[in-house]
Order: sequence, then structure tokens, then C-alpha cells
Amino acid sequence: MKKKHLITRRKAILTGITTLGGIMLTGCTKKLPPTYGNILRMGDAFTYEAQRTLLPEQSLVKEYRYSDISSFPAIGTTNPADASKPTFNESYRLFQKNDFRNWRLSVEGRVSRPASFSLDELQKLPARKQITRHTCEEGWTAIAEWTGVPLSLILQSTGILSTARFVNFYAFDGYMESIDLIDAFHPQTMIAYGMNGRQLPVQHGAPVRMRVEKQVGYKSVKYLQRIVVSDEFVDMGDSGWAWYVGI
Amino acid sequence: MLSSPLPPSLGSTVDSSPFPRHPAWVRSSHWIITIAFFFLAFTGVVILMAHPRLYWGEVGNDLTPALLELPISRNYKHGGWEKSTAFFSSGKAPVSASRTYDIFNKNGWGRSLHFLSAWVLVISGFFYLIAGIFTGHFRKNVLPDSKEITPQNFWRDLGNHIRFQLPPATGGPPYGFLQKCTYSLVIFFLLPLIVLTGLTMSPAITAAYPFLLKIFFGLQSARTIHFFSSVALELFLVVHVIMVIRSGFKKQISAMTFGK
Repeated sequence: MKKKHLITRRKAILTGITTLGGIMLTGCTKKLPPTYGNILRMGDAFTYEAQRTLLPEQSLVKEYRYSDISSFPAIGTTNPADASKPTFNESYRLFQKNDFRNWRLSVEGRVSRPASFSLDELQKLPARKQITRHTCEEGWTAIAEWTGVPLSLILQSTGILSTARFVNFYAFDGYMESIDLIDAFHPQTMIAYGMNGRQLPVQHGAPVRMRVEKQVGYKSVKYLQRIVVSDEFVDMGDSGWAWYVGI
Repeated sequence: MLSSPLPPSLGSTVDSSPFPRHPAWVRSSHWIITIAFFFLAFTGVVILMAHPRLYWGEVGNDLTPALLELPISRNYKHGGWEKSTAFFSSGKAPVSASRTYDIFNKNGWGRSLHFLSAWVLVISGFFYLIAGIFTGHFRKNVLPDSKEITPQNFWRDLGNHIRFQLPPATGGPPYGFLQKCTYSLVIFFLLPLIVLTGLTMSPAITAAYPFLLKIFFGLQSARTIHFFSSVALELFLVVHVIMVIRSGFKKQISAMTFGK
């Protein structure tokens, strides 16, 4: 009897060491944005690692009351159908003309069942509503209610592969952003189609935009066109803007 | 030999001054934090230039009233917005509007440099606090004695400072009463306050520690307090440098750099 216990304990320790080794191994192979020898990007990478090490991953951002909803500036691209702007996109103009009835969001890359969703199909999926604060890197904040589909649901339903590490968002205005799987599977990270109880306005990213609540506003990509899951970090070059902005 | 005393000359060649010198850890953390502070103050202004408006509470943007507007960039331009549309049909409903002008917004590098310098400040500040506690530096030299804290002491020292009647530089402690009060305020109040209000502006950190939003009344109040703490620290810096110059610039700088 006693002997059996000893073996169990030894087994437990061994399993523990193996698991720890596994965790350390994944830690070693984790891919980060290239620093190009730029000390600022090294600092950003250090902040990212420090936050991922020190902070709980799934803690929720504060949710507010309905009466806290505030005025909300629309900045950056405010309409990719505007032919006078460099962010003009002809296919977006046609989708918008048709009230996004034949628009589809494609989910591709490292998923076992690539799929595309119409606005109607997205709205039929289990929805989440949250009143959260948008924190713009410029320094301003605004509170709005968002309705949408948790990104985790889309990633699971399309069968995200075990080697996947990043989720990349491509927008109609040419904008691209990516997040790691910790933020991608965060319960408040979602694909929003509703704002303040109405359809998402064009100014704010119609038909759908991302809500990445644990990071600064520019990660919440508007005018979402494609979601691409990848194993590797997709490098868009050194734009001067930090990739991880949980801040 | 146990009975033989040290030659009397030895004591004076080791240290001719009766006052303690700045130990190496004080000197190095002083200058590291000084450099980090310069970078933080400079990039802080660059970051603020993107939105030079301050608010109170959780929310603040160009479509809501500001507590204070700083004329440090063109970005607070009024009337540079399209006609606003209301989110709800009620009379005082919140609105949305787009800009009609390009703003100054080249501050990505400023934010990265701000956080890099903040890491330097926080890490060296942490070791400084630990050393300050365990060497007794805070208790012996920085914190005012309970016997010292009297209104008479305060007014007398203040009067002496205003008249510039200062004791000659010793190149280190003992510090005057007002000097101790000011250093304590900077080390134990202003610097921790500016670090905590800075952290309160981070969505990831306030998700983990929501009490930060509570104690500072929201993100925008934390931002406003962060700004005024930096102004207070810059005022301290100005007075500190004036006092260093008045009490003997060369001697003081040498004492803080080389320890003699």
C-alpha cells in the first residue's frame, strides 16, 4: 500500500517536471515581432513578456452601465466607400450600397474548416453584449455598448489548429492588425455588429469591427474583411507603432 | 596588537569631512532615475500633444467638455468636426462625429520610449527603495525626525530658503528640515503616484487590478493626476537645481557623481 503511494508521488513529480519542461519549451519557441535591433521595439517586447508573465490572462475589463454610454468620435478611416480618400475600396462601396446583404467575412489560414459568414449568419450565432471603454492611443476615451460574436466561438467552430499562434485581421481600408491567442480567446474579444443597440454605423466600422478590449483602440480593427489564423507572426514592417498595446 | 591604537592621521586621510558621503547606490540610482525622468518628461509632452485636453472621470474626448485645454498642438481645434449624429433619439443623447482635419499624431515612438524609460525608472526605483529601507538611509537621512516636525522649524527653514541663507554644502547628508520634507514627498508620494496613475491608463492592467480605476476615479482622472504629478516633479527639479547651484554647484555635483 505504502509502496504504491510512493510510486504515485514519484510519477506526479515526473509528470510535473515534464509539464514544466513543456511549458518552458513553448516559451522558447514563442515567436515575437522582430525588433530589427530597434531598442524601442525591444522595450515593447519586454512589456509584452512582462504583462504575459505577471498579469492574469482572462481577467475582464470593467463593464459600465447603460447610462455611462458617451459621445464617441469616429477617427481614422470613417468610410472606405469615399472615393476621394486613399482608403477607398470599390468592393466595399458595392457592399455598402446593398446594405451589406452579400458581404461575407472569411475565416481562413490555420483552421481545419475555413468558412465565411454573412452578416445574417453572424447575427444568428450566440451573441454577447458589453458596455466597455474604448481607450484611444491619442489619449481620449469613450464608452459604448457593443453587440457581437465572441471571436473564440468563430475560432473554435472553424477548428483552429494546435500550431496556430496569431489571429490576423484584414480590413477594407487596407489596415491590418494581429493579436496573440491569449487576447483572441479572451471572453470580451469579439466581432461586433451592433453599437448602442443599433446596427454598427459606417463611421464606426460597418458591417463588423473587432473589439479587443484589453488593448488600446487601434487593435479594434474597423471594416473587417478577413480573419487569417497563422502559426507565425505576420510582419508588416516597422511602422513605428507598437504591436502589443495592452500598454 | 590589540592595545595599540590606530595612528591618528589615518582617520583623517580616509575622510577629511565629518559628514557621510553619498554611497555608490545612491549616486548611481540618482543619475539613472534622472536620465529616465528626462526621457519620460519629454516623451510625455509628445504623447500629450496628440490630445492636449484633460478630463475628470472615465470618459473624455473631443465631443465631451474638457477640464483643461493645453495649447501645445493644433489637435484641440474646435469646429474641425462634421455635423454630429445622435446615438439615441432623446434630447441630450451622446453623439458621434468624424474629424474634418488631419491631426498631429506621430507619437508611436514617443509611447514606446516612454514605457522603456518607465521600466528603467520602476526597476531602479524599486532597488533604491529596498536599499533605502535596509541601509537605514531613509530613516537616518531622508525622513524628518518626529522632534523636527514643528511649525517653528517649518517657518524658520522656509524663511532661510527665501532669503537664500543656506548652510554651506556638505556634499550629502545631513539634510535640512524642508529638504527632508521635499525629498520624502518626491520619493514616497509623487513618484509612486505618477507610476500608479500611469498604470491606470493601461486597459490590460486595470482589467487585472480594477481598484486602480476606483482610487483615481477613472482613466481620465488618472491621466489628469499623472499630468499634474509630472508638473510637480518638474517644479521640484527646478528648485532642486537652483538649490544645488546656490549651495555650491561644483561640490554638489562632484559629491553626487564621485562621492567626494
